[in-house]
This record gives sequence, C-alpha cells and structure tokens, in this order.
Amino acid sequence: MNNNTREPLIHVVKRKALPWYKAWAIRGIAILAALIVCAVITAIVTGYNPIKVYATMLSGAFGSARRCWVTFQNTAILLIIALALTPAFKMKFWNIGGEGQALIGGLAAAACMVCLGDKLPNGLIIVLMLISGLVAGALWGLIPALFKVKWNTNETLSTLMMNYIAIQLVAYYTVVWESPKGSGKIGVINPNTMSGWLPEIGNKYLLPILVSVLITAFMYVYIKYSKHGYEIRVVGESVATAKYVGMKVNLIVIRTMLLSGALCGLAGVLLVGGINHTITTTIVNNQGFTGVLVSWLAKFNPAAMIATSLLIVFFGRGAGEISSVVGLNESFSDILTGLILFFIIGCEFFITYKVVFRKNARKEETNHD
Amino acid sequence: MENRIPAVEYRNVTKTFGTTIANNKVSMEVYEGEILALLGENGSGKTTLMNMLSGIYYPDEGQIFIHGKEAVIRSPHDAFKLGIGMVHQHFKLIDVLTAAENIVLGLEGRLDLKAATVKIQEICDKYGFAVDPGKKVYNMSVSEKQTVEIVKVLFRGADILILDEPTAVLTPQETDKLFSVIRNMKADGKSVIIITHKLHEVEAVSDRVAVLRKGEYIGQMNTRDTNAAEMTSMMVGRSVSLNIERPEPIHPTDRVIIDHLNVRGSDGVMKLQDVSFSIRSGEILGIAGISGCGQKELLEAIAGLQPTESGSIRYVGEDGHSEELIGKDPKKINDMGVALSFVPEDRLGMGLVGSRKLAANMMLRSFRRGKGFFTDRKYPYDLAQTVVDELEVVTPDVLTPVSKLSGGNVQKILVGREIAAAPKVLLTAYAVRGLDINSSYTIYNLLNQQKQKGVAVVYVGEDLDVLLELSDRILVLCSGKVSGIVDGRSADKESIGLMMTKLKGGSENEQ
Repeated sequence: MNNNTREPLIHVVKRKALPWYKAWAIRGIAILAALIVCAVITAIVTGYNPIKVYATMLSGAFGSARRCWVTFQNTAILLIIALALTPAFKMKFWNIGGEGQALIGGLAAAACMVCLGDKLPNGLIIVLMLISGLVAGALWGLIPALFKVKWNTNETLSTLMMNYIAIQLVAYYTVVWESPKGSGKIGVINPNTMSGWLPEIGNKYLLPILVSVLITAFMYVYIKYSKHGYEIRVVGESVATAKYVGMKVNLIVIRTMLLSGALCGLAGVLLVGGINHTITTTIVNNQGFTGVLVSWLAKFNPAAMIATSLLIVFFGRGAGEISSVVGLNESFSDILTGLILFFIIGCEFFITYKVVFRKNARKEETNHD
Repeated sequence: MENRIPAVEYRNVTKTFGTTIANNKVSMEVYEGEILALLGENGSGKTTLMNMLSGIYYPDEGQIFIHGKEAVIRSPHDAFKLGIGMVHQHFKLIDVLTAAENIVLGLEGRLDLKAATVKIQEICDKYGFAVDPGKKVYNMSVSEKQTVEIVKVLFRGADILILDEPTAVLTPQETDKLFSVIRNMKADGKSVIIITHKLHEVEAVSDRVAVLRKGEYIGQMNTRDTNAAEMTSMMVGRSVSLNIERPEPIHPTDRVIIDHLNVRGSDGVMKLQDVSFSIRSGEILGIAGISGCGQKELLEAIAGLQPTESGSIRYVGEDGHSEELIGKDPKKINDMGVALSFVPEDRLGMGLVGSRKLAANMMLRSFRRGKGFFTDRKYPYDLAQTVVDELEVVTPDVLTPVSKLSGGNVQKILVGREIAAAPKVLLTAYAVRGLDINSSYTIYNLLNQQKQKGVAVVYVGEDLDVLLELSDRILVLCSGKVSGIVDGRSADKESIGLMMTKLKGGSENEQ
C-alpha cells in the first residue's frame, strides 16, 4: 500500500500538562508574533519602518510620565472589573454583565453627586457614593442570580440584557441632569466645589491603582484560602458534588453574584467619582467585556490578571497611538488590537494541544521489515 | 483453523499516548464465524486496540489486515466501509428519535424510512432480536437501547462486530437473550469480539480467549481448554484467590428503618413506591435491580439528596434514640450527629471533583471545620496522605488531580474518605463498577472490615454473583417497588434475576 495514504498528514494531539515556563514561553512567542504581524501590516499600509512602529506603540503607552500614569490607571480599572468577574467565572456563572454592573454603580455615584452635592459634608457624600455604588452593582448582579436559581434561566443572556437596561437608565438621566442645557451631556459635576470628587492620593491617578492592588490581594486570598472560595470552586466544578456534601448551592450563587456585582459597581464609582467626574453611557468603555478576556487569559488567577490587564491596555494604547500618528482613524487601532488578541487567545490552543506531522517515509519502511 | 484467512489480523501494532504505551507490538487474529473474548484488567489496552479497528485511533506502528488485505482505517467511516462495527459501552443514540431513525442516522443517500423499517425487521427476524422500529429511544429500557445499537451496526452491513462490555447493565435473562443473538451471528459467519470482565460469561459464550496485560499481548487459548483461575492469573500476572469472604454478622440491630417510602422523580414519574425495609448494623445489605429501578433514588433519599413524597426514613442511634432523616439536607443530617457516609455511583461527578487535587477532595467533607473565614488545609492534606498509604493508592503525590488516577485508585480515594468519617451507616452504589480484579477485592475487603466494625453497609451492585457472595441479605427492587428480600446465603441467581423483572406473584411488569 502506498505510504502516502497511510497516515493523515497532521494529527492534533492533546498535550499532557505543560510546565508553567513552557506555557509562558508559548505565550511569549505569540506576543512576539503579534508584534511582528502588526508591524508588517502597518509598514505595508503606511510605509513606516517597523522599528518605528514599535517605538510609536511604546511611546503611546509609556512615552511620558503622564502617559505611564494613564496606562496604569486604565489597567487598574480593567483589573478591578476582571477581578470582580472572576469569582462568578470560577463558579461557571458566566457573568458578562460587568459593563452594566459598573455603569449602574457609576450612575448611583453620579446621582449622589448631583442630588446631594454641596448639601452634605463631602466625606459623607463620598461614603454614600461608595455604599450606593456597591449596592447598585450588587443589585445588578443579584437579579440574574435570582432568575438563575429560581427558574434556571441562562445567566449569559440575563446578565447581558441587564447591560442595556443600565445604558438606557444612564441615557435617561443624561437628559434629566443635562448640563449645560442643550449640550446633550452631563458635563463635569460640581466643577467648582468638587463636591463628591474622590480625594486625590499623591496625584490624580494613584487612587484606582491602590484600590486595584488591595482587591487583587483580597481576591487571591478569598478564592484560594477561604471557605467561600472553596465552595465557589466546588459549585463551579460540579453542582452535584456541592449538593452531595450539603452545600447550599443557591445561596452560594446569590452570594457570589452580589460580590461580583458590588465590585463592578466599585469600578463604576471610581470612574465617575475619581477619574471623569461625570457620567456617559460609554464611560465603562466595554471594559466589562474586556475584563472577561483578562480573567480568562489569566486562567482566573488574580495575580496573573495584573499582567494580562496591563498587556491588553498596553496594546490598546499602543495601537491607538499608531493610528493617530499615521493619521488613520481609530478603526485601524481596532484592527491591530483585534490581531493582537487573535494571537494571544489563539496561542492557548497550542498550550493545550500539539500538532504532530506525519513521520517521514524512511522511518515507516524500517518498521515494516 | 490454521489455513483459514483471519477476518481481522493485528500485526505488531503499537499505540502510544505521550509516554504511555497503550499497546505494545500486539499481534492477534479473529476468524470468521468466531466469538473472541478479549480479556484484560483496566488499562491493559483492550479498548485502545479495538478503537484502532473502529477508526477512532490510528496505530503508531504495525499493520492491520482485514480479510487478508492490509487496511488503512483512519476514521469510523473507513471502518464502516470495511464492515467493522463497534457497540460502545455508553450508547450513542438520540433520545427523541425512534429506533429506525437512529439506525438510519448518518447514512448517505436518500432517506427511506419505510424501506429501512422492512430491512430492520429482516435483521431482527434473522438473528432473533425484538425491536419496535417506531419506538422512541427515551421510552426504551437499557437492553432495548443496546439492541438498537447492535441492529444499527448490522444494518450498515458489518460482519466484524465489537461489543464493549455489553452485559454490564443487563439482567441474567437479558444476557442470555443477547448471547443467543451473538451465537446466531456467529452461525451466520460473522466475527464477534466481546470485551468483558465477567469470566463465567466468557466461558458461556466465547470460542476463544485473548488476554492483554499492560498493553502486551499475553496469549490466547480455546475457551473449552481453560478455566476462570487460569484466565485470571494470565490477566493479573499471578494467581489470585477468587473467593469473597463473608463473616457472620455480629448482633445485627436495625440502624435505618425505611417505612412506606414514596419518591417521585423530577420528571413526575414515581421512582419508589411503598418501599419498606431496614438496614442493620454489622451486616451488608445487597440491593439488586436492573438499572433505573430506583436504587439511585433510594440511596439519595437516605443521604438527604432526593426529595421524597411520603413515608419515613428513621436513623436509630446506638442508644436507641431515633431521628427522622426526611426533609433534611446532608449538612443537617451530619449536624444532628448521624454518621452517614455515601459512596455515590457517579464518582467523579458527585463524590469527587475530578479536576481538583487529592487533598482538596478530602476537604469536601471537612472544609467547614473551624470557626474562621479560612479553610483548614492541613487536616485534608494529612488525611489524603493516610488514605494513599493505607489503601496503597497509586499516585505521584497527594497534590495530583483525582482525574489523573485510574478508576480503581479514584474509588479508593472516595471510599477512603467516606470511611475516614467513622460512619455508622455506609451506603455504596456500584462500588466496583469498572474496577479491575485487584481493586475490586480491595473494596470488598474494606466493606467487610466496616461490617465487622458494626457499620451498617449497603451495597448496590450489578454483578449478581458478587452480590450473592458478599451480602448477608439482598433487597431486590423492580420498577421502584420491593420485589422481595432474600437471604444472601441461600438465594440463587436465577430467582433473583426473575424478581428483578417481575414482582413476586409472577405478574409480568412493564419495565
């Protein structure tokens, strides 16, 4: 029989667990490949020298002290949202409503600023903003959780739909609180008294960064060492096992979604009260979805999320800088970001599987003797 | 036999997975009109060898000849064209379709259900099957589903059939029926390869036996020239005593009293009706019944996992004080001081978490210990170490995920954890399913040790021979009703088999 038909050309074989350094080497290669492809495409489209493309990306993210701080601040917000989603994902509760949970948290904070600004002491307003933001986010997490435990509805759909409710609510209040009238936006709230603005620590970028560090540490310990974290992991692996050892699965689902929603709400409070001092329907800027990616890429490990969120923010800002320098619109930056994500996510396939090519014909023949 | 061309011939076939050698230079053959029993412990490479014939795996080295011609079997489709059909242990049928629809599913050409039905009927008449082509799969018993799987393979014109543990879920009577069909196929000139663990079935049905051990082909012999002891020692590599001990119970007293228990399943069908019996200390109570007759619901009701409709389940403590268990979840039952352990049927889906480490699995029972916010990680780690040492679990360390262990070792971890809780009642469901001979005997010994400690042990099993050797009393269930309770020392297999399908009094039952 003809050797050519003996064996398929390519086998895809599941790997045994790779040692961590090999897995990271594969990821490193993927990032490198992403950079090369981005440079080649930019060079073809614009005639830029590839080295200059990299320099532009780096300068976009880290080119000045201010750019560094903005990069780290953006990373911090993305990280907080990713961390907030993580306990739900560990439980295999696919919360893709981070966007809405953060937005509604921000709306609650904005409401405190608009309605109570200059009427109560600043400290009290900030406390109320925090409480109402956490509660609003938790409520946005609670509703899909209740639907899930009561009627077993699909949480992916219900959390997603809650996003649109939050967006519409913000759109409604944009009209109610419009300032100045006719501008179609809210504008900076309390611009003179700065009532309800979160305090600056060191500089105006540091507060979210510190909060993100605290939440990273908390989430790491909570998932890995606490009884709650253990319950979450067991429910995620097998509801039958959880029931078998007498865990109250419904209670755990609700409790975890309250936590997840509340932390997203906190990110919203930071965005509104600490960074933008206003609210728009796009203030969360799709980070509720990007956070899903950050959490997955880090394999739900809170410590690794620091790296994955920084990576995503770096590429996003770098790609944005390229398109503005070469005078292309932001679609070009979206194309580059998309390419980069394709490589980063695609490389996970090669970490789980390996591709084996057909052994050469000579070796086949020696086996046939 | 020597001058016949074999229907299937393996020549030096090797298959490796990573560093594991599943089959090492296996050469063997199967002839036309022959029933070959393929024997071997778990992990000996039987299924891998068969999967290479049915196109699921491709050999790394060596050749396979079908009817004397070298064959390239790269996909199940290639296998089907060569007339090879495999009936898997887990049926691959679509519940909402009828038998006939399942049988023609995936065939090329125009869909003609009428013609197919006629052909199905012909096959059934020829080999003695009973299939209703219009019956939906979800209405079928396990044995009917299996029949559909076999007819499906024959419908496609297979003349080489592979049956992977076909009798694991059948009653003795259903097994006899299957064997007579297999003999008809043999008479028709087909080659049948049957994988099984039950040696008396090998003796009953096969012409020849081939034995694998650790991926190596050990040898073959004619069934009439061999016996169970020889086959076992070839499989295991040394001689093994095949007797299960049955110590006399010491002062049996009622530990759990089940009274007029009724359970309705989530689909609204009654799973248990008017079930009354007692579980006694120092005794092994065997529970026999065809699959789906309510064993699962019964054990889960006792363990607090299955909502009940009416009746009572009372736990009687050693001081005579009794507690009602109905309406309480496992945590509450445990909090009341009822020492109840449960080894469920679904080991990795219910009793353990497959992807987690051994130590983390020990924590399932102990994670609530201590008042604080954090889990105590030392106790489960130590317990895992103890279980691994005492039950001789084969594992690199206690930080290995349970799913990486073999079936027998997984079961040792589960049983070890449940026994470590010092239970007064130990419920086990299919405790040796899929386990090899050595591991099975380890489990029997563990259950006997518990019995001698005065624990009330429940053993739900599917192998009637084992039930009859191990149990002091046997409760037989039929369609959710108690069909009788017999003495394990005096009962016989045939009468239990009949009780499993008919309620006492002899009236034929639906399921």
